[in-house]
Amino acid sequence: MPSILMPALSPTMEEGKLAKWLKNVGDMVKPGDVIAEIETDKATMEVEAVDEGALTAILVPAGTENVKVNTPIAVIGEADAAPAAKAEAPKPAEAAPVAAPAIITSAPAASPEVPECTEMVTMTVREALREAMSEEMRRDPDVFLMGEEVGQYQGAYKISQGMLDEFGPRRVIDTPITEHGFTGLAVGAAFAGLKPIVEFMTFNFAMQAIDQIINSAAKTHYMSGGQLNCSIVFRGASGAAARVGAQHSQDYAAWYGHIPGLKVVQPYSAADAKGLLKSAIRDPNPVVFLENEILYGKSFEVPKVEDWLVPIGKARIARVGHHVTIVSFGIGMTYAMAAADKLAAEGIEAEVIDLRTIRPMDLATVLESVRKTNRCVCVEEGFPQFSVTSEIAAQVMTHAFDYLDAPVARVAGKDVPMPYAANLEKLALPNADEVVAAAKAVLYV
Amino acid sequence: MAVKSAYISKKSAKGDKPNLTNSGFTTEEELFAYKEMLLIRRFEEKAGQLYGMGFIGGFCHLYIGQEAVVVGMEMAQKEGDAVITSYRDHGHMLAAGMDPKGVMAELTGRKGGLSKGKGGSMHMFSKEKQFYGGHGIVGAQVPLGAGLAFANKYRGNDNVSIAYFGDGAANQGQVYETFNMASIWKLPVIFVIENNRYAMGTAAARSTAVSEHLGARGAAFGIPFEQVDGMDVRAVRDAAERAIEHCRAGEGPYILEMMTYRYRGHSMSDPAKYRSKEEVQKMREEHDPIEQVKARILNAKLATEDDLKKIDAEIRAVVTEAAEFAQNDPEPDASELYTDIYVNA
Repeated sequence: MPSILMPALSPTMEEGKLAKWLKNVGDMVKPGDVIAEIETDKATMEVEAVDEGALTAILVPAGTENVKVNTPIAVIGEADAAPAAKAEAPKPAEAAPVAAPAIITSAPAASPEVPECTEMVTMTVREALREAMSEEMRRDPDVFLMGEEVGQYQGAYKISQGMLDEFGPRRVIDTPITEHGFTGLAVGAAFAGLKPIVEFMTFNFAMQAIDQIINSAAKTHYMSGGQLNCSIVFRGASGAAARVGAQHSQDYAAWYGHIPGLKVVQPYSAADAKGLLKSAIRDPNPVVFLENEILYGKSFEVPKVEDWLVPIGKARIARVGHHVTIVSFGIGMTYAMAAADKLAAEGIEAEVIDLRTIRPMDLATVLESVRKTNRCVCVEEGFPQFSVTSEIAAQVMTHAFDYLDAPVARVAGKDVPMPYAANLEKLALPNADEVVAAAKAVLYV
Repeated sequence: MAVKSAYISKKSAKGDKPNLTNSGFTTEEELFAYKEMLLIRRFEEKAGQLYGMGFIGGFCHLYIGQEAVVVGMEMAQKEGDAVITSYRDHGHMLAAGMDPKGVMAELTGRKGGLSKGKGGSMHMFSKEKQFYGGHGIVGAQVPLGAGLAFANKYRGNDNVSIAYFGDGAANQGQVYETFNMASIWKLPVIFVIENNRYAMGTAAARSTAVSEHLGARGAAFGIPFEQVDGMDVRAVRDAAERAIEHCRAGEGPYILEMMTYRYRGHSMSDPAKYRSKEEVQKMREEHDPIEQVKARILNAKLATEDDLKKIDAEIRAVVTEAAEFAQNDPEPDASELYTDIYVNA
């Protein structure tokens, strides 16, 4: 008897909520019939039957959260088969492997900006970004959001969900698919004193608009001898998602980090996503704010304070250690933190630094750590040549050469366009084991 | 020169003003146009000279021949209206009322330049005069100009913005992205195409489909357009009034294609071998915007030859003073290298 499996409904979906069954056990279904509704992190999607027959069992009851992709959720029998499981209500406990929601607590929690005894709330990066924008739009009428599908569609990645309802179409503006044009338009509005937030569905599409970001937004303050400024945030997903191929999988930290006049932020945690986005919106300069599709759905603890701001240009020591310094940012932190755990199991205490801001880079924090540990591994998902990690390596060599007991090691994405095949994609991305190996190499163990 | 009929022509030349000459301009307007255009002409001639003497470096794009466009537009604007253009921008800045000394000193890269010597010929700005540059990437100023209009609409005021671009820029994709957005959002922006017939060295007919009417591209976006004799300041001013009234009334964007001509090369280093000397000569003799006004003034006896000579002398004095300042003002201090990159947060 064919099972119906929990479907993957987006490139990055690993699990979802079985929101609603539209058929009951015993009902006949034909191919194309909508049998259930599933909530992904992006949207509510309908599941259609592929086989014809009677729905003989529902294995995952409506309302179940965190159902892993490929879990059997129902069984379809032969057309004349008796509905075997009709009488039995499925027991949730044995219905499906339910994943515990992964809340990532970053140790040490004692970030300098968090007062002791601060109440923490758990939220996803997605929710943190939405709160940041909404709070700033409530605070300042000159702030508005524009981009593709940010309004009526509620955001391609649901970052702006509900914002059109609160702020209306004057301030939450759906654009045509016209990156070059709307980016230039937003920069012009910023020259005139407004504070646009430009959402790129992903930063891959911002390459259409990169001239306006660099030549217009970043350089005008200088070219005008300080007369004109451009307070604007360019934000959206950067880096690899999951199996979306070469044109949709690229990290832009190094690209924008190259440009004087831009600030470049790439948060990892939800707390930093919220606090840094609020700071970026208030910043009188153009800020490129690089998010990550895979991190959108990850949950973290965020301080519950009135106006949570994280300063641009300050790194965070995510884990204290003394044997080796691991520097990373954005999703690279997942590899760095996992590697630190593995190293700790072998008695190696790594100090992990989350840069958070790519430009201006908090070199002081990096150098202080390297002068203590004498060894440095830097980690990023971007291509290795002319990368953020090559910049860190150069700076560490220049400013802490005498403290180094080994050359700086780098772990980056491989020097290839992102392949589609699952195994090749995995090989192209960095992983925790590579970070562990690099740490051991600089420790000569 | 040949100019096709306007797509929209709600009103003909102004007929309700007092003290009209036969031209449709008042005496004051004729003299104003003459002075403004002459200032630009003399300023640009001086800039060309200073370039030859090595005081001005890099790129320098002169506006000589096109003066009627920016002056006619200026005559229809009100305070608060924003202007943005490309790198052929000296005329636009002078018309916006920016200090000729500051403009010239920027050309020579001096401390007293409007951008402290850090922008150069192509990059000057004035918030006070609502002049937003001065942009070096062909076509980039068009969405920026729509953004200025967006800000005016967002704030609910009745200011308009004027985005100038050339026939060359009319082939950039972002121009049409902008037409589309300006139309759907009814942005108060006037797109002024300064069609001087050559995109650097490429004649419009060689690079542009339906090159005889670039403004008509607005039809695809539902934007009204007109083709205007850009050598006649009266025609420019009248078309500008129609366009600005349309925008100010909240009716959305408007396109004015100004048929104009630059006498000099694309930039100082362009020998302009892609057109004949006769073509240039014919344009200068038969259509010069300044000579047209001058002839009208003298024919209608609005002023005497002596009056005009006095005006010439005044303008030469302004330009000479600007040139002297620009040559003697010191270069920016070395410490300026690292300033104005970021605004302090």
